[in-house]
Amino acid sequence: MWTGLPPRLLRMRRMLLIVWLGLLALAAGLLPGLLAGPAWAAFALLPLALMAWGWDLAGRNWRSWRYAERADDLLISRGVLWHTVTVVPYGRMQLVEVTSGPVERHFGLASVQLHTAAAATDATIPGLDPAEAERLRDRLTELGEARSAGL
Amino acid sequence: MTTPDTDGDVRRDKAVTERRLHPVTPLRRAWAPVAVLLGWALHDPDGTQRQLARLTTTTLLIALAVLIPAAALYGFLTWWFTHFAVTESELRIRTGLLFRRTAHIRLERIQAVDVTRPLLARVAGVAKLKLDVIGTDKKDELAFLGEGEARALRAELLARAAGFAPETAHEVGEAPARQLLNVPPGVLAVSLVLTGATWGTLIAALVVPSVLWFFTHNLWTVLATALPLIGAAGASSVGRFVTEYDWTVAESPDGLRIDRGLLDRAHETVPPGRVQTVRIVEPLLWRRRSWVRVELDVAGSSNSVLLPVAPREVAESVIARVLPGVTVPPVSSLSRPPRRAGRCVPLWWRGYGFTVTEAVFAARHGLLRRSLALVPHAKVQSVRLAQGPWMRLWRVADVHVDTGANKTVTARLRDAGEAAELLRAQAERSRTGRKGARPDRWMA
Repeated sequence: MWTGLPPRLLRMRRMLLIVWLGLLALAAGLLPGLLAGPAWAAFALLPLALMAWGWDLAGRNWRSWRYAERADDLLISRGVLWHTVTVVPYGRMQLVEVTSGPVERHFGLASVQLHTAAAATDATIPGLDPAEAERLRDRLTELGEARSAGL
Repeated sequence: MTTPDTDGDVRRDKAVTERRLHPVTPLRRAWAPVAVLLGWALHDPDGTQRQLARLTTTTLLIALAVLIPAAALYGFLTWWFTHFAVTESELRIRTGLLFRRTAHIRLERIQAVDVTRPLLARVAGVAKLKLDVIGTDKKDELAFLGEGEARALRAELLARAAGFAPETAHEVGEAPARQLLNVPPGVLAVSLVLTGATWGTLIAALVVPSVLWFFTHNLWTVLATALPLIGAAGASSVGRFVTEYDWTVAESPDGLRIDRGLLDRAHETVPPGRVQTVRIVEPLLWRRRSWVRVELDVAGSSNSVLLPVAPREVAESVIARVLPGVTVPPVSSLSRPPRRAGRCVPLWWRGYGFTVTEAVFAARHGLLRRSLALVPHAKVQSVRLAQGPWMRLWRVADVHVDTGANKTVTARLRDAGEAAELLRAQAERSRTGRKGARPDRWMA
């Protein structure tokens, strides 16, 4: 009954990681290397090590994300070290939001966010297939209307 | 909900009678320019002094001659352009001189209605009507109305919100109230004396300036620290006594009524079914007298005290009125976290307790100052289970319950298996708990 997130999300996160940390590594290598001597270019290893760690972390985090549509509520489970499971009954949904930024759109992804009357409810599913995101939104809205309970 | 709106569509139905606020209102508005000047003076005292030194009597008189009529005109115009009207389903407030703003407040969404009478307003015989609505940061208020008018409007708003027919709503009048409790001033005074915060601020106000004087012998430093500290001490003792004086809780078909205040009188009405959370707070020094303080959370409301001080049995009977069908679980029924939870929160883990009854999710925290929070299952918006790495090691987890008043109640450090089961069961309970709840329009 659990659904994971599409592998495209992992690809996007890893690419962002490589782009940003690659730039940082370049800066950390070139600046001290040119100004203080070639040996100082070793600073570039720091962002590179961070990148390797982040690569692994992104993979584990991506695997930990999953959601389940049950008969009356939505379950979202996430996190490796800090593990959280959120349950939102359909009747409590005030608003379902589908957002997609430029990078997400390039990778064919959209995220779905649920809002209840409690601001502490952090029910977000990042990076879904746009078709799946829209299906989920329509289904949630429909179920929310059918089971509407308000405050 | 309030929606800022152009006034175009309001003009369409002229049948609605629009009213103005009480004619005293401009006097209150006239203070705005003076307040701006004062704010500037406090913000930049040196600059102010220089400017003041340059002023002569004539320029001062001219300035006053311009400023006072300008302020009066501003006050008059804002009053002239503020209208309000009660329609079948909403309260409309139309304001603004340059930027028009129309607030449409849906009556069935009203969470609480307050009528406050600050000291000066009491002298003038006027009152302020405030509405708590979900989703608005600031309270929408009508200031000022005549005292009788405010009371009639409150009764009408509540009658319409309750679902009485619009034709009869303004004739329903005020619902009869039955007094549940009155806090005697003596008990209130003793309870404040027995509060740690009162003594803490008082001692700080005495000790810190004396120590500073001993070390620096600089009068200004001492004054600069002493004044705010004395202010805080006064607010937590005398200030609280004045606001919580003559605290009366009454029950009526319109909901719970709270009357309080020595100088500024305030009156609150919380319609039935609006209470999201109730907290029973028990400070250390109150325990021997078995006194408790009861706080409640209503969506969109800032005030949260239900009873400033009351014996436990009385408080429990009042809570049974606020949350129908709820009995406060006895202390013995609260289960502590497993012993190994002490590895996560040393010593204080003993203060945590938790239980679930048919009607509420109850969680306690605090070792010295105990606080027991009750959330009716029907008010739970979402349930979360959270576990950090250290908690995983000791096989414990937290279960958070989010309510509509933007408050979260947490059952801390439960056994991991129990927490997973609790998450499942609580989601089920909060789903089914809603079925027995009363409708938004409670008289319909």
